[in-house]
Amino acid sequence: MIEALQFGFMRNALMAGLLVSVACGIVGTFVVVKRIVFISGGIAHAAYGGIGLGYFLKLNPVLGAIAFSLAAALGMGVVQRKTRQRADTIIGVMWAIGMALGILLLDLAPGYKADLMSYLFGSILAVPASDLLIILALDLIIVALVVLFYKELLAVSFDETFATVENVPVDAIYLILMCMIGLTVVMLMRVVGLILVIALLTIPAAISGQFVKDMRKMMILASILGAAFTTTGLWLSYFLNLTSGATIILVSGAAYLLTLALRSFIRAPAR
Amino acid sequence: MEEVISVRHLWAGYNGEPVLEDVTFSIKELDFIGLIGPNGGGKTTLLKVLLGLLAPARGDVWVMGQNVKAGRRHIGYLPQSVEFDRDFPIRVWDVVRMGRLNRRRLLQRYTAEDDESVAEALRSVRMLDLRNHPIGALSGGQRQRVYIARALATEPHILLLDEPMASVDPQASAGIYELLRQLNERITILMVSHDMSAISSHVKTVGCLNRRLFYHGEKQVTPDVLALAYQCPIDLIAHGVPHRVFPEHAGEEVQG
Repeated sequence: MIEALQFGFMRNALMAGLLVSVACGIVGTFVVVKRIVFISGGIAHAAYGGIGLGYFLKLNPVLGAIAFSLAAALGMGVVQRKTRQRADTIIGVMWAIGMALGILLLDLAPGYKADLMSYLFGSILAVPASDLLIILALDLIIVALVVLFYKELLAVSFDETFATVENVPVDAIYLILMCMIGLTVVMLMRVVGLILVIALLTIPAAISGQFVKDMRKMMILASILGAAFTTTGLWLSYFLNLTSGATIILVSGAAYLLTLALRSFIRAPAR
Repeated sequence: MEEVISVRHLWAGYNGEPVLEDVTFSIKELDFIGLIGPNGGGKTTLLKVLLGLLAPARGDVWVMGQNVKAGRRHIGYLPQSVEFDRDFPIRVWDVVRMGRLNRRRLLQRYTAEDDESVAEALRSVRMLDLRNHPIGALSGGQRQRVYIARALATEPHILLLDEPMASVDPQASAGIYELLRQLNERITILMVSHDMSAISSHVKTVGCLNRRLFYHGEKQVTPDVLALAYQCPIDLIAHGVPHRVFPEHAGEEVQG
């Protein structure tokens, strides 16, 4: 195992996995308890438009993705709260448009676009040190937001109506949550690719929620689980020569099924 | 006696369709009003207006002499427990502490005063011992007590209760009614329910709401009022405890 760490790309990959796990655990907990998995998927795919824009304007695609996913997060957040139409339909449309826009912008962008697939399926082995700094900065922003607004975020997650009556600025808090999801999605895109974003956002939090009944602890446990899954997945993909993003997801998925089985096994005799 | 809630010619509804039509009433301090009516009659809509969750189409609403957005900090609210996520990772204590949100702005932490108020609220509903239990591990009656404690933690003048007995078994609901009776010694209560017989044996006055409000500040639910409210004759006896619904003299009216 140690020998693999001689390679700079493996050290970066390991670091990237650990860093995204923090954001995944925290934001994933909100996504799971508030049941906004679909909207998170929408943000992830709409962010692909930002990748295309980044290439088109010859900027760092990650920065383009950050801008796009924040815009998508805010847009979908407003739609979810304000529209009288069916919100999930509109979110589905935005999801598709963002993705199509990304592909067209990539078509129009000049030059070589070899790592296009890496955003779809992740390229944790190709994370440059500069992206690690971006991921670290996003982590710090997310942790700071959750620490600062924890009591409001908890209230809005648990009971929006009551929070409104208590004069909590529910809309603003909800949009902050949406932005945190947007930032996390961009980070995850680097590691597991946007197609698999949902898995890493939900699985660690879902497992964690089965074992702890306190939101703060759920976040911490989910982060630890995420770190374990990305690290394990990374080693497995290295030794078995498999695609790292998909391996990470399958490790997480296997752990999830295992905990479900364990729980029903433990519960069964009691009933 | 002081008016704590005053509603004048209120019209409210959704998408231009009125659910409440020309509702006028006032609630005086230490009233205990039970509001009954058919489903879709506007009970929850009225509560939403009183809480500032729905803007009236027409009319005026005052809470403690202020508009609702300012006045609602005097209201403790018990929402109807419809969908409940048993898996939500939260403990009793943290649920009740949400009643203190109104007193703590963004970026402010909860204080020792908040802790005291939360403990006091939990003690009054006899749930302090279970403060570290996950909310999903409680029975329906216990959960309802926790939500009442959350409303009490706001240190309210007025309690608004939306179907408080909906998810509670009869034994537990007797306990909750007793708790409400004690609270009513210092807090005004407005309670909404579709269960007429249960409500009318515990509250001080009863009103009927079916788009229009039939409320005369009396305990008796007369057949006339019910017929108006439900727009069909209702057998008062069928729900049981008729002697509590009507004072003695009203019995003759039923037969007549």
